[in-house]
Amino acid sequence: MKQEKYELRLYVAGKTPKSIMALKNLRDYCEEHLEGQYSIEVIDLLQNPQLAEGDQILAVPTLVRKVPEPVRKIIGDLSNKEKVLVGLDIRVKQE
Amino acid sequence: MSKTKQTSSKKLPMLRKAPSGIPGLDQITMGGLPAGRPTLVCGAAGCGKTLFSLEFIIRGAMNYNEPGVFVAFEEKADELATNVASLGFDLAALQAGNKIKIDHIHIDRSEIEETGEYDLEGLFIRLNYAIDAIGAKRVVLDTVENLFAGLSNQAILRSELRRLFQWLKNKGVTTVITGERGENTLTKQGLEEYVSDCVILLDHRVTGEISTRRLRIVKYRGSLHGTNEYPFLIDEEGISVLPITSLVLNKPVSSGIVSTGIPALNNMLGKSGFFRGSSILVSGTAGTGKTSVAASFAYQACKNNERCLFFAFEESPQQIIRNMKSIGINFDPYIKKNTLRFYASRPTIYGLEMHLLAINKAIRKFKPSLVIMDPISNFVTIGNFSEVRAMLVRLIDFLQQEQVTVMFTALSINIGINEQTDDGVSSLVDAWILLKDIEMNGERNKGLYIIKSRGMDHSKQIREFIISSKGINIVDVYFGPDGILTGSAREAHMLQEKQMRTKTAKK
Repeated sequence: MKQEKYELRLYVAGKTPKSIMALKNLRDYCEEHLEGQYSIEVIDLLQNPQLAEGDQILAVPTLVRKVPEPVRKIIGDLSNKEKVLVGLDIRVKQE
Repeated sequence: MSKTKQTSSKKLPMLRKAPSGIPGLDQITMGGLPAGRPTLVCGAAGCGKTLFSLEFIIRGAMNYNEPGVFVAFEEKADELATNVASLGFDLAALQAGNKIKIDHIHIDRSEIEETGEYDLEGLFIRLNYAIDAIGAKRVVLDTVENLFAGLSNQAILRSELRRLFQWLKNKGVTTVITGERGENTLTKQGLEEYVSDCVILLDHRVTGEISTRRLRIVKYRGSLHGTNEYPFLIDEEGISVLPITSLVLNKPVSSGIVSTGIPALNNMLGKSGFFRGSSILVSGTAGTGKTSVAASFAYQACKNNERCLFFAFEESPQQIIRNMKSIGINFDPYIKKNTLRFYASRPTIYGLEMHLLAINKAIRKFKPSLVIMDPISNFVTIGNFSEVRAMLVRLIDFLQQEQVTVMFTALSINIGINEQTDDGVSSLVDAWILLKDIEMNGERNKGLYIIKSRGMDHSKQIREFIISSKGINIVDVYFGPDGILTGSAREAHMLQEKQMRTKTAKK
């Protein structure tokens, strides 16, 4: 089965505790379940405000799964692991 | 010391206002919406909230050089552009000219998952970016409540909205926030808690199958404002609100005279006509020639090159034109020259308030010096006497303010009460002509007399009134042995007199 690469974008607004937390959580989950199959792009809206319109960002932090389609969005600090995995549609390997 | 001196000589800081540009609204709010503060516009679905806010932005950009950002949570930019294109606003050009920026915010719950803490900084950043991009002075959020449908964490939303409104205030932009009306509250999500500066309620009510839109300013902190419910109209020019004119009796008066178009009627009036800017009532039973009198008056004005606006509430303009040709009045050339214009509408098409508003607008636009309303008694079909009377009071008030002469016709149904017209406007009008049937010797003739004419002497006689292909004529009174003679009795008398004269001449 062909494995698709996950393209993830995390929108934040400055280095707030919430955004640091979100990024840390995201990295942990990806390392655990998507090793080698993902890329994370962090966009700071304070530096690039014009990018908020394209992905319809309202809340921060927002995680956007660009690939694979369809686009999914998860908002919040990503503290609930199960929800994030379900939201990203990552199948957890049963060990 | 010097400081205190300065402040005492300075005027007290007044609330700055941002004119909305919506005709009538700025009069009620005494200048416009509070500048640099948020205003909540609420109402049920279809009451005109989005149009109101769009007009605020567009007119601000076009008339007051205040660029605006329109944040649409509901409709897309191109949908909005299509919606206002029918009102003659070119949204695309305004956007291209960086006068208006439309930001469509789309929230789809199905593609959003929520986990943990978040805030709406993204919305703030987008707004800030849009405002700074065009130097906006005005912002519309339409409808911010849609956020509640897209995001589930109410606690976060509420605190973020509070922060948003405060942020907009600090930013110094005049904001209009729209909100759907809730069951027992002004808005479903209680936005009125957060926006406390100015709240405007729009309403669309149907009473007796006739719909009227109304606007009320629920509150306006730091400013005087009209507190009534004001009817408003949405037509091809957008929204217009009708401030109810106060009946202060300090109108300008004119002693100029306008001819009635009927020479004999002029002779009956002490000054050979009516005062300019006065209101004249022509009442009578069915078929006495009310419209014909009004038409001759209009015809005379046309011949004098004065603009005349003819409101027809009973017959269509074509009918009136055709019928008046039979009495030697040809309106066609004057319609072509744009001296005369007809405005026809059925009384039942909308409520009295809307009629008044539409009439006001038509008059403001055409700027006539004479207005004919034929007939006002038809309004009784859509309102009771007191309502019709109140409407006419305001209409006469407005017309006198504008120095427009007006002639109303009214049908008096019951002969017993024809001294009192059904609309009870007789005390408001300056002159009153009564037309009545005179039945004598098995003949029905028309009689005319002047009940009153303020400020001038007038004939007290009942004259016979003849409508022929040459127009209207009023015959001198003929007294026979039994009083006034009319119709064939008069003609017989005239013939007799003539014979007598020839006999005496022969002798």
